[in-house]
Amino acid sequence: MTHSLPAHVKILTVLAFISVSVATPITRWPAFIAFFSLLIFTAVMSKIPILLLFKRALIEVPFVFFAILMPFFGEGEKFSIFGLSVYRDGLLAGTSIVVKGTLGVLAAVILSTTTTAREILRGLEKLKLPMIMVQIASFMLRYINVISDEMERMKVARESRGFIATGIKHWKVLATAAAALFIRSYERGERVHLAMLSRGFDGALPSLDGHAVTAREWITALSIPGLALIASLTALLIGW
Amino acid sequence: MSNVPSLLIKELAFAYPDGNQALYGVNLTIQKGERVALLGPNGAGKTTLVMHMNGIHPTMQGEVRISGELVDSKNKESLKAIRSKVGIVFQDPDDQLFMPTVGEDVAFGPYNMGLRADALDKVVKDALTQVGMLDYIDRPPHHLSFGQRRRVAVATVLAMKPEILVLDEPSSNLDPASRRELADILRSLDITIVMVTHDLPYAFELCERSVILSGGIIVADDKTGQILNDEKLLKSHRLELPVGFSFK
Repeated sequence: MTHSLPAHVKILTVLAFISVSVATPITRWPAFIAFFSLLIFTAVMSKIPILLLFKRALIEVPFVFFAILMPFFGEGEKFSIFGLSVYRDGLLAGTSIVVKGTLGVLAAVILSTTTTAREILRGLEKLKLPMIMVQIASFMLRYINVISDEMERMKVARESRGFIATGIKHWKVLATAAAALFIRSYERGERVHLAMLSRGFDGALPSLDGHAVTAREWITALSIPGLALIASLTALLIGW
Repeated sequence: MSNVPSLLIKELAFAYPDGNQALYGVNLTIQKGERVALLGPNGAGKTTLVMHMNGIHPTMQGEVRISGELVDSKNKESLKAIRSKVGIVFQDPDDQLFMPTVGEDVAFGPYNMGLRADALDKVVKDALTQVGMLDYIDRPPHHLSFGQRRRVAVATVLAMKPEILVLDEPSSNLDPASRRELADILRSLDITIVMVTHDLPYAFELCERSVILSGGIIVADDKTGQILNDEKLLKSHRLELPVGFSFK
């Protein structure tokens, strides 16, 4: 279902969903159960294996690491849980970051699993992200393979001459290699620019228009943040 | 055949901003429909010369005309027309193919010339058909083999319907089959071709006429067979036939 929706609709949906979940106070916990269920429902409807979803979401671990430490440092009211003494404010703030962060990452993973990078760029272009940023990202997508192949070849060439990076004393060699890679990429950039000029480039990359978005597609997509908003407001009003 | 040559270069001289002079008065006339090999050792100024053909390098002295029209890097409008007439295929296809898919890349040139919608679609498909790559229209370039990428690079300039096709080292890095396939494609095109190369057998195979650029001037201009048979001439300009070859 989500695979066929236009990218810009999906991007807006994810942003709306994240805004709703960030704006809901963590103490209204039933709302967060609803948010979580909505995401799982969407993933299932999009035929994304749940295991894959969580595996990809692991990317957030380094970012929430400090949030996990928050209950143990701070001041104010303290209480005991599972034999650990924690600060109440720290626990709330930490939980809030972890829960909201996870929801945001899961939503983003669903977006990136159902949408190609190219489509996301087109979506951003449609949402009027400045042209220059879209172009930079699109060149990055095109050349990331070329440059990583080049890096790999340089590594093979180093190792063929008996170099194996083991410790800090090898950093100088690696830094030199990184510099060489940078210069090569820079020079490639110049050659690409020449090739573009030779074919009449004057600042705008061609954009191919997709189909117009139907009302049904908008409703399908926006029903997710819509339901999240209803859950959030209900939790606030009833005062759970 | 009209009387206006596809390419006319008169007394062209050029020095880089650092004072390094690359061209010392080049004269070259290429008629419509000719296929000419531009031979020369490394550092002879071949690439510099090519960059003058579509105004990437501004003409400092002398003049360059493409089917009669003066290449003037100060006149933006005429430059646009010139660049649609001179299609340059660069040596590294990864430099030339910068769009996310083959189809979009081939569309880049004609799009800049103002084509849209169905007309754009048609020239893209025609150009890819000419190089036998239509089936790959939606593929990203990095999924293609080197030979396929080179062919797509040729299609990207064919889509602009150029007057002259300029190829920089077209046979470099190609395996023998890709090399022959590219030769077949080039031979099938009804277009003026300038081929910059060190691959002398390839020049002989494709071009009736060859010129040698050495030390910033044209030192020889003759039938390819004549030039390749003149061992002394080749040697004095750091050109050599592969061992065992002769064109007698």
